[in-house]
Amino acid sequence: MSLTVDDMAVVKAFWGKIGAKADDIGAEALGRMLTVYPQTKTYFAHWADLSPGSAPVKKHGKTIMGAVTAAVASIDDLPGALSQLSELHAYKLRVDPSNFKILAHNIIVVVGMLFPGEFTPEVHVSLDKFLQNVAWCLAERYR
Amino acid sequence: MSGGGDKEGIKSARAANSDCSLILESLIVGKSTEADSMVEWSDAERSAIAAVWGKLNLDEVGPQALGRVLIVYPWTQRYFGTFGDLSNAAAILGNPKVANHGKVVLGALDKAVKNLDNIKGTYANLSQLHCEKLNVDPDNFRLLADCLTIVIATKFGAAFPPQVQATWQKLMAVVVAALTSRYF
Repeated sequence: MSLTVDDMAVVKAFWGKIGAKADDIGAEALGRMLTVYPQTKTYFAHWADLSPGSAPVKKHGKTIMGAVTAAVASIDDLPGALSQLSELHAYKLRVDPSNFKILAHNIIVVVGMLFPGEFTPEVHVSLDKFLQNVAWCLAERYR
Repeated sequence: MSGGGDKEGIKSARAANSDCSLILESLIVGKSTEADSMVEWSDAERSAIAAVWGKLNLDEVGPQALGRVLIVYPWTQRYFGTFGDLSNAAAILGNPKVANHGKVVLGALDKAVKNLDNIKGTYANLSQLHCEKLNVDPDNFRLLADCLTIVIATKFGAAFPPQVQATWQKLMAVVVAALTSRYF
């Protein structure tokens, strides 16, 4: 389900409104993923504290959303922009790709919570497609 | 495996405390019309669900959730051929048949909220209807559950903290499993 020119414009415009809160969104989304879908904790067993708002969750949420923000900036070449991250996830982290959907859902929940007026159904479909494309590119090198 | 089953074995299997194991258990138990004894709700979970449900305007949230499903996952429109104009987001959001059906769906969810201890039994007929008459791909139940969660998040903001979302997600998983229960 490729991104249309309209999708790219919608996502970029929306990110312009929410980008300043990217760190908070990332931390909140990651914390929720670990709480609401406890099976995802298996990838972070080496952290001391997996609760929402903890230091490792905040730090890693910031890292993840930094990468998503960079992907928005390169939205017309996601495979290229995400190639190295794909190798990382494929060969080192080996996160099952089904988890990308789970994190995407939680990013959308948080975005909906923080920006209810701006997060219209039209924005929702473009953002959902964008996150699916990011997930697809991240899984590109898996096999 | 009968409905009364190997309770000890199932209890230890449940120790993992994940949505997945709950879904598997309720599917494995089989087509039982007795009370759904497999899903347990703590007092805190019951309160959280009641609190969320009590604050929702079902007539508003139902249409919004169904509208989002039809917009964000347009292939779901295949089930609504008689609903008229679904050609774009504005048409879907203004469509009275979509609005009405959103209310019907949330009305059915109200039955689950009021029968937490026997959602599977409560939904036995609905499950059969969706499978045999409506021929709905059960993956659509998950899509609607996700959109409903998202609509609730837009309404509640910070009043939808992670632990409440976790309880809500458990309810959604149980409802989806119950609706899928007659598909086998």
